[in-house]
Amino acid sequence: MSRAGFLQLKSGEAAPRAQIPEWPAEDFHRRASAALQDGLRIAAYFTDSGPENAFPALLLVLADDAEGKLYAAGSRVGGDSFPSLTPLCPQAHLFEREIFEQTGLRPAGHPWLKPVRFPSLGAPRPETAQAAYYRVEGEEVHEVAVGPVHAGVIEPGHFRFQCHGEAVFHLEIGLGYQHRGVERALAGGEAKKRIHYIETLAGDTSVGHATAHCQAVEALAGCAVPPRAETVRGIALELERLANHAGDLGALAGDVGFLPTASYCGRLRGDFLNMTAFLCGNRFGRGLVCPGGVKLDLTEAMIPELAARLDGAMRDLAGAVELMWASSSAMGRLEETGRISREVCGELGMVGPAARASGVPLDVRRDHPTGVFRRVKVPVSLGQAGDVHARAWVRWLECQRSSDLIRNLLRELPAGPVRSPLGDLAPGAFAVSLVEGWRGEICHCVSADGEGRLSRYKVVDPSFHNWVGLAMALRGQQISDFPLCNKSFNLSYCGHDL
Amino acid sequence: MLDVLTARFRQGHRTSKYPGEPPSLPERYAGLPRVDGSRCAEGCLTCAEVCPTGAIDLGGGKPGLDLGKCLFCRECEEACPEGAIRFTRDYRLAARERQDLLLREEGLKLARALDGKARRLFGRSLKLRQVSAGGCNACEADINVLTTVVFDLARFGIQIVASPRHADGLIVTGPVTENMRLALQKTYDATPAPKIVIAVGACAISGGLYAGHPEVHGGAGNLLPVDLYVPGCPPHPYTILDGLLRMLDRLGTGA
Repeated sequence: MSRAGFLQLKSGEAAPRAQIPEWPAEDFHRRASAALQDGLRIAAYFTDSGPENAFPALLLVLADDAEGKLYAAGSRVGGDSFPSLTPLCPQAHLFEREIFEQTGLRPAGHPWLKPVRFPSLGAPRPETAQAAYYRVEGEEVHEVAVGPVHAGVIEPGHFRFQCHGEAVFHLEIGLGYQHRGVERALAGGEAKKRIHYIETLAGDTSVGHATAHCQAVEALAGCAVPPRAETVRGIALELERLANHAGDLGALAGDVGFLPTASYCGRLRGDFLNMTAFLCGNRFGRGLVCPGGVKLDLTEAMIPELAARLDGAMRDLAGAVELMWASSSAMGRLEETGRISREVCGELGMVGPAARASGVPLDVRRDHPTGVFRRVKVPVSLGQAGDVHARAWVRWLECQRSSDLIRNLLRELPAGPVRSPLGDLAPGAFAVSLVEGWRGEICHCVSADGEGRLSRYKVVDPSFHNWVGLAMALRGQQISDFPLCNKSFNLSYCGHDL
Repeated sequence: MLDVLTARFRQGHRTSKYPGEPPSLPERYAGLPRVDGSRCAEGCLTCAEVCPTGAIDLGGGKPGLDLGKCLFCRECEEACPEGAIRFTRDYRLAARERQDLLLREEGLKLARALDGKARRLFGRSLKLRQVSAGGCNACEADINVLTTVVFDLARFGIQIVASPRHADGLIVTGPVTENMRLALQKTYDATPAPKIVIAVGACAISGGLYAGHPEVHGGAGNLLPVDLYVPGCPPHPYTILDGLLRMLDRLGTGA
């Protein structure tokens, strides 16, 4: 079996770091390739020198979504290179570029090895040749360069289009402008800063990342979260999804010039954010989720108020979105734009609504349930066409299901406390935690050293899996469709640039 | 067409009455902190110890709070046994000078208006270019929100524009990463003078949580002359709007 020898884990579960098998490079490559060809997916792939901090070691976490299990394995790297998984398995390509950038270890056979974030310390800045953009040569070919500062209020990134007239041959996305050194600071940094770093990994996903973080450290500490806290976390997570999906539906309408939906959804996004602020005082849910549970409880008086606000906002959202579905001119712009096939999604290891819009039935809430999602089931919202319309439609389906879920959770809020003491982290332990954020799978991998301090903190934001998906969606499209395609993915820049 | 009109009727009129009426803010909202040093126990360092960004100093034994570093996380309020620091629900936080954000017992010196000439230039039409320089997208999102129907920034003559060459100034978010330093400088240089710079959020004011990271430059003020500081992590949209209107003297006297 392709999983033989791997350490088997579940999301939100810890194991001694020493139990992760370490194979020689060739062996690791062979076994990892077999598991990937057998349909497993990369959840995380990074280096972790282990509790003794002695040598660079690759660490691979694979997800088996059908079984709801995770498989971890490692490899000590003897020299300065290791065999690349990318030629066989494209989803490894960005992980390997990151490993190269952070450690100087070279994935031998990687077809497009260039730095990801241009870190200002550690590894030396790459030579220009290494950072060069892919280029199509020819008399009728032209290149369009956009960013890092864009026209809208949006984070920075650089986009290089190789075009023939209006048609895009290839888009290369250059990121790294938002690199703040967060992952480095999370391991070994001041503990009192930790939850705040986590909440700003991607500020629009504060609840998602905070939940993933807390689940990981709770696993390391063996802390049981009270059921009421799990429910409050679930409500906050779904409110975050609602706010962002509502905002994105409006932004998509705006990009095709369908202004009624754009302006109603812009306001409705704020209404959902205000519901989160009603819970905890902050529109992005900061200061709510904490290790051991949640900081603030829902009072009895708040429950009907929140339910009423949700009903009102959902009624308005339905009205706003249905206008767009009924407009054939708006639909004409969304349909068959920026298509990405299910096969490509699978090869790239895409996650979240972008993958579900292409028919990939992956949702961490169902496949790797943690917290409240072990008790309640959320139907997976699927599309088929993989175009901008499908990505919008999946968001609308998810909005409806999230609001139903919140209503149920409010009705069945368990009694009891909302916080347990965290306790000390087990020395030498390792945990993986997955959460279905609104953009897709959030993965936090955490190692504790011999004294129970965090020695390695690896975050995989869903954007990391999906940015190349956006580039693939643009192939053969008109360059003028880029803003629309970009909005339909709405990926995080800072979440990628950690 | 009839459906569009029906929807328009159902969605109603949503623009807030601000600044004519004060905004409604959530019950649990953390606004301007109030510092009462007389409650402090001798030698107590609890608030400063729990602060994630070192926003609290105890010069002379009395706490002082730097709003430019504050994440409004309420850790100090929870930790203080004497209630010497308490967060009010006052959303008005913006200041013109960096040192005005150092909060002591006397409270906050809110932003004064631009001087006569600058007010004549910018007071009725202000175009701003936003630059995200390491922001986590929360400040950016709540700046974006200002252009929705609720806040309707355009009714004050303020607009966020696509090009620095169309702009009267910049709104900077984020601690200014090394990888964005050049882009921020170029955007500033491309903005025609006279121009203003507005730093929104703890990161842009002081580096916030990221201050001291070698990958960042500790806020916009280390590279550009800042005319308005809007504290928060992220600031509430009303905090940003209040700062802008205060600077443009658009709130009327006594606001």
